[in-house]
Amino acid sequence: AAMEVPLSHGLASRAAALATAYLCYRRGSPGRGLALRSLRRARRQDISDVGHKYYLELELEDVLDKDSTVNCTAEVLYHLGNKNIAPDVQFTLEGELKNTDEADNIFYNRIKSLEKELVAENIPDSHGNVPPEMEPIHLLAWVASGYVIWQNSTENTKFQLAQIKHVKQVKRSDEYLEFDYMILLHDMVSQEIIPWQMTVLWHPQHGVQVTQDSRQPKHESG
Amino acid sequence: MKILLVFAALVAAAGSEQLFMGDQVLRITARDEEQIALLRVLGEQAELQVDFWRDPTSPGHPSDLRVPFPSLQAVKIFLESHSISYSIMIEDVQELLDEEKKNMTKSRRTERSTSTFDFASYHTIEEIYDWMDVLVDDHPNLISKIQIGQSYENRPLYVLKFSTGGSNRPAIWLDTGIHSREWITQATGVWTANKIAEEYGQDPSVTAILDSMDIFFEIITNPDGFVFTHSSNRLWRKTRSINAGSDCIGVDPNRNWDAGFGGSGSSSDPCSETYRGPYAHSESEVKAIVDFIHSHGNVKSVISIHSYSQMLLFPYGYKRAPAAHHQELNELAKKAVGDLAAMYGTKYTYGSVADTIYLADGTTIDWTYDNGVKYSFTFELRDTGRYGFLLPSTQIIPTATETWPALLDIMVHVLENPY
Repeated sequence: AAMEVPLSHGLASRAAALATAYLCYRRGSPGRGLALRSLRRARRQDISDVGHKYYLELELEDVLDKDSTVNCTAEVLYHLGNKNIAPDVQFTLEGELKNTDEADNIFYNRIKSLEKELVAENIPDSHGNVPPEMEPIHLLAWVASGYVIWQNSTENTKFQLAQIKHVKQVKRSDEYLEFDYMILLHDMVSQEIIPWQMTVLWHPQHGVQVTQDSRQPKHESG
Repeated sequence: MKILLVFAALVAAAGSEQLFMGDQVLRITARDEEQIALLRVLGEQAELQVDFWRDPTSPGHPSDLRVPFPSLQAVKIFLESHSISYSIMIEDVQELLDEEKKNMTKSRRTERSTSTFDFASYHTIEEIYDWMDVLVDDHPNLISKIQIGQSYENRPLYVLKFSTGGSNRPAIWLDTGIHSREWITQATGVWTANKIAEEYGQDPSVTAILDSMDIFFEIITNPDGFVFTHSSNRLWRKTRSINAGSDCIGVDPNRNWDAGFGGSGSSSDPCSETYRGPYAHSESEVKAIVDFIHSHGNVKSVISIHSYSQMLLFPYGYKRAPAAHHQELNELAKKAVGDLAAMYGTKYTYGSVADTIYLADGTTIDWTYDNGVKYSFTFELRDTGRYGFLLPSTQIIPTATETWPALLDIMVHVLENPY
């Protein structure tokens, strides 16, 4: 039987953050990022020899249009013991997400037509600024980091994308766009800032893929 | 600061001549006496023409070395071959001099006044310390600036005292910026201090509070960390104290208090962001507040402000058992977050630290609570992760504005519930 978990409880918020990250990875694009607006309900079931399962009711918002929200139910199963298995996440969206084809195609064509490969760093900057033309690059990282977060989450982590340290476009001869990101993840539980490299492929019709990713050693500056 | 004096001398000497183009200032930290000796030898090489702005005195304490452009390569090779760690503090001395001169001319023209301070921007430590002096000048009968101690790198720990008189009145303590990367907190602190000053004599609640109580406000609680977030690593959290036997620097000042110190809610690893320190109150930034609260003897509330997560928290963090006053603190937190949300709809959760985030030991409010300060709260300000620590400056004033009624709820409750 699944027991109610108080919405303010740390464990519920970790599961909700993980579900949101996974959802964002599956449904996001350079024109659409999804963030958690509120956790409506949380229940937890301890399944012996398997793990802990959370049943969540979430309200998500479009980061580019805060008034655009969608409800969602999600199930998150953290596997017992083996830390190398990513949690299982399933979700059902109630209603439609805004169509972003136009914005996605504009971004796609803009990058495809660049003469020199795009390079950028520190997004957002120290003051939280993201230049408007960098917002799709920022969102793409937000979506792709959802994959990294999903693959590396446990009940004792709560990851957020803290910053893009560096991004470099890699020119390809096929139709895909490829970006090599160095991001910083913040884990709320340990408070650590974790550098992570990820290679991201994207195409408007084929969604976001993370083809390669690796945790980097902590840069001990001082 | 000595650096400013040296600058002034350099500016006076240089006039408009480009005497320092390409010169760099290196911050060097020698690990042991052998390295100190090597640095002294370096300083004595006449052909290199280096000069120490801060002399190498003892291992572990940083020294600053100006290196003329022609000697840069040789000096860096020397340092690297002897494994002496250094960082570039000033990339181009001439550039900085030119910038300084421009700014000094500009600010001489601008009238100093709190009404021209840009509350909607993030500021440096110098700008905030300057603004504090202006605030005190503008409200001489209400605000004074006291120094409660020094940081590890010998920066002053300033506290603004709001008082309308009396002698050792019951007091409310507020602090922001104990974790230096949480920039929205220092910025909210500046706005809030200004707000308190503006509202005394205008707002009935603020007036009632300050007519019988004092407010002590430490805006830059971790100045060394704050400077480091500007100069080197925007996401630095801890103090900047050197840890014996480790290359890693800093102690988590919110795990260093003597309340449940040393448990599973903090780390024993100096490289960890939640490193508790070698012993409780090892950090001068923490000790200064401990000593202040002990010697004051009449502090009735402590509100420590952090970011991010949008939460209002109360003890305990070091254990799951509820605090004796859990119900009252919970009710007050509920009211405060309700009034916060009423402003722009920003949703906060609330509860004890242990329930709401995680077990954390050696925290500020657990210590204050266990030392007689009943109304001990921690705020975690905006946001919930979209920008996290890098909250856009456009959100400074909305964040401070919505937090104000919540702070006021707590302070009014403290006033109306003396103990």
